Amino acid sequence: MNFSIPVLTLIMLAPVIGAALILLVPRERTDIIKTLAASAFAVSLALSFFVFVGYDRAVGGFQFTEKVSWIPELGIGYHVAVDGFSAPMLLLTAIVAFCAVLVSWRLDDRPREFFSFLLMLVAGVFGAFMSLDIFLFLIFYELVLFPVYVLIAGWGSKNREYAAMKLTIYLFVGSLVAIVGLLVVYFQAGATFDFVELQKGVLALSPEQFEQIKPWFIAIFIGFGVLASIWPLHNWSPDGYAAAPTAVSMLHGGVLKATGAYAALRFGVQLMPEAAQYYLPVIVFLCLANVIYAGLIAFRQTDLKYIIGFSSVAHLGLVLLGIASLNELGLNGAGLELFAGGVMTGLMFALVGMIYERAHLRDIEELNGMFRVMPLAAVGFVIGSLAAMGMPGLPGFPAEVMIFMGLWRAAETPSLIFPGQLNWWYSWIAIAGVLTVVITAAWTLRVAYKVYFSEPKNLELQALPGLDALEKFSIVFMSAVLIIVGVMPNTVMQVIQVGVQTILASLSRASG
Amino acid sequence: MAYSVFDPSQFLAIAPEIGLMLWALVILALDMVSGRRIPRRTLGVLAAAGMAGVLFLSLLIATPPQIVVPELGSDPRSVLGGMIRHDLFAFVFRIIFIAAGILTCLVSIDFRPLRAAGEYYALLILSTMAMGLMAASNDLIMLYLATEASSFALYLLAGFMRDTPRSAEAGIKYFVFGAAASTVMLYGLALLFGLSGGQTGYAAVAQLLAGADTRMAAVLAVLLIIVGFAFKTSAVPFHFWTPDVYEGAPTPFVGFLSTASKAAGFAILMRFLLYVFEPPFSQAAVVWVQLMQPLAILTMFLGNLLAITQSSIKRMLAYSSIAQAGYMLIGVTAFGFAYSRQAPEAAADAAAAVIFYAATYMLTNIAAFAVVSIVSQRVGSEQISAFNGLARRAPYLALGMTAAMLSLLGAPPLVGFVGKLFLFRAAIADSLVMLVVVGVLNVLISVFYYLGIVRAMYVERSSDDPLPLPTPTATGWVVLLSSTAILFITVASTQFWGIAVDAAKALLN
Repeated sequence: MNFSIPVLTLIMLAPVIGAALILLVPRERTDIIKTLAASAFAVSLALSFFVFVGYDRAVGGFQFTEKVSWIPELGIGYHVAVDGFSAPMLLLTAIVAFCAVLVSWRLDDRPREFFSFLLMLVAGVFGAFMSLDIFLFLIFYELVLFPVYVLIAGWGSKNREYAAMKLTIYLFVGSLVAIVGLLVVYFQAGATFDFVELQKGVLALSPEQFEQIKPWFIAIFIGFGVLASIWPLHNWSPDGYAAAPTAVSMLHGGVLKATGAYAALRFGVQLMPEAAQYYLPVIVFLCLANVIYAGLIAFRQTDLKYIIGFSSVAHLGLVLLGIASLNELGLNGAGLELFAGGVMTGLMFALVGMIYERAHLRDIEELNGMFRVMPLAAVGFVIGSLAAMGMPGLPGFPAEVMIFMGLWRAAETPSLIFPGQLNWWYSWIAIAGVLTVVITAAWTLRVAYKVYFSEPKNLELQALPGLDALEKFSIVFMSAVLIIVGVMPNTVMQVIQVGVQTILASLSRASG
Repeated sequence: MAYSVFDPSQFLAIAPEIGLMLWALVILALDMVSGRRIPRRTLGVLAAAGMAGVLFLSLLIATPPQIVVPELGSDPRSVLGGMIRHDLFAFVFRIIFIAAGILTCLVSIDFRPLRAAGEYYALLILSTMAMGLMAASNDLIMLYLATEASSFALYLLAGFMRDTPRSAEAGIKYFVFGAAASTVMLYGLALLFGLSGGQTGYAAVAQLLAGADTRMAAVLAVLLIIVGFAFKTSAVPFHFWTPDVYEGAPTPFVGFLSTASKAAGFAILMRFLLYVFEPPFSQAAVVWVQLMQPLAILTMFLGNLLAITQSSIKRMLAYSSIAQAGYMLIGVTAFGFAYSRQAPEAAADAAAAVIFYAATYMLTNIAAFAVVSIVSQRVGSEQISAFNGLARRAPYLALGMTAAMLSLLGAPPLVGFVGKLFLFRAAIADSLVMLVVVGVLNVLISVFYYLGIVRAMYVERSSDDPLPLPTPTATGWVVLLSSTAILFITVASTQFWGIAVDAAKALLN
């Protein structure tokens, strides 16, 4: 389908325009500022829903394409489009961003600056998901890093400067490593940053030429993997989230990390499928470490934000495991997990923020009986936890089943790195990975009990004000998304499947 | 050759230089006539405005003729007795020099240690003028004279703060090293002069070299001349003066020295390499390339590795500027190599990459030194620790410095990335893969110290932390202007690249 209206650009521009308008509003008119921010995201939400629904599943491939030449000498252009994998990601971004504004409604510390930076951040995320030009992608990526830094350092809680800088340096250096890998591919395969062209260029390489660039897959995958908090480079993430203001934690944990996994998949796996089949069976151990290690730490933590932070590391580990399985089931599962996990992490961080904003406490030992203060939040937390541990009826279940099935199946593929063998260890990884369900159940139940359902001991907590209408709305909205996708996974799966088919096609071409 | 007819319109070829010369005299005269009562501020604004005026007028009336294929024997671009070549290559470099001069004048306004300012501005303008002649020189004698004229002004400027011992030391050091390098270069030029039988025009020298069996002597001449060029561009092993001079010299002037003077070095290097070694004699060019490649590698490594260890911001930026020269040498190597294998398209690309990089590096580094100039004055220290907590004390200044550091590093959205990509691409086109690998490795090394500054500004705290650090108007404008220009060039890369390619083609045809 070719639309004459540049829908994708509008999705990305709506927050930019919103940010510009906010800067024109007088400082004191906070209500106008917040309304502007919310309406900008509402526009993006509506448009990305339109793209999600309007994406022609029968046709597949990249749609809503916009392509403008920019620096042709270097093969750089403005090329945006969505496929089945990125269309749900845009919708996810819009959902979480919209809710992030709603839960930040009470913010009164420099709201004008806060919301304009938040809008810029989300514009960058939108841009990253839609750009098919690697240079453009990198621009959006850096465009995200800057507001994230400012928002955490300027509006965060304890240790904020340290956490902000740690996060920025990790992600920046990670991106540099990925860029080096991408530059090698760029120079070897046709000197273009256009993903589609570059993919053709890689395919046209002779086997000897490909051998030369093959090891650089590791740089690309791990470099972008840093943003997806791949173990052991995940350290920035819990610190960063603990210090970040609620809206930033929601966006970063729910959406921005997904950008990392998405980039590793798109510019790593899809660009060099042969290299992925060669190296991922080894890298998969890092992803397993994510799931188990981060899950166990989440269980041991008492700071609510650290718990959710580590759980988001674990959840990205599941996504990476799904990607590493390199088959239809696993990739489908990874796509669904990205979407569901994004909403879930957003919801969890929103709930933590609501408690912290009122009680100024984040330690689960000090919190108790919050069910009576904010019953709806408790319900939201239970829904989120059930989704995280993979309860049937919520999207975590189909996603995790597909990922583990995919891993199991991957055990039957021949190993490339150790010729003459099968990738037999995948079945053990699947078995070990299933432990995550138990671990997640353990920490979520512990938190749910201590924070919400324990006997109220602290009477000051009981006197706290309840949720306001906007907060209730955002909880209901995100929970509803989880339930809808959980009951009818096909709503999202049908689209993701189309994207996965393209990736599979390039994979089978590589092995065939 | 245009000896026969004297055409006054040929003076248009050096109209910018004439204008600059006159303006320098005007500044000097004003300062003297007023009995040194005109404040530094006014003089600085006058100097900058005059240079801007000259730039504007040159763009109006003195743009070089567009000639795609010159007729043999009578190239209208070779003017004033063959001394000067009036082409787009020289003109683009002139724009770079004059822009650097204007920005430096503005930054100098706010630099208090410069007391007597009349000569300072006059010398700055004169040096800019001589650099223009360097880029346009088409003759061994012109080359030497222009280089010396610009260097002498720079020596004086480096030692301009007479009551500061370090500045005086910088001036002397720069002068002694510079004089030695220039003498060695002069030996090389004399050797060429002898080989060519007394001819000094580039074309004539090239013809005679091509005819005679003088390879060894020519290689020796190349070796000697390269010393002079390497000194100008502060390439290893002739970089020794750089950190000491940068540390002692007036900070705004260092911004000028590290950019315009370096760009001038690259301009003469490329033109000389191309014109004196015509294709039949390009064997010598291959020797040159074999020299250039290790030079580039050493320069990058040394600059980046030593920059990490520095605690003074000016010394760090000095080593960083050495490293940046190393990146540009990648382009020069690719240029020489493409030329010696007679691939004019690739050579044009490589030369354009150097021009593009030199221009963007100029803007970036001047912005960085402008910030250093303010911070070191206000904090009273030139250590990197002076930048501690700058993000809280002067957020916009810190932002400008961050942009400059990231662009020097070569982070994607900024122009440094585009420039490095052009350089690397040119090297790849000549299969100089080794250079690109080393270049990328060096970019990764440089992360340490460029991000170190950013870290100091955003994470560290200083003792007088909450105190805002006021930004003087003129310097603030320079930072804003150059940052905007950096962004603008990134967005309009294609257009600027087009100009650079045209300039490179003007050099080649």
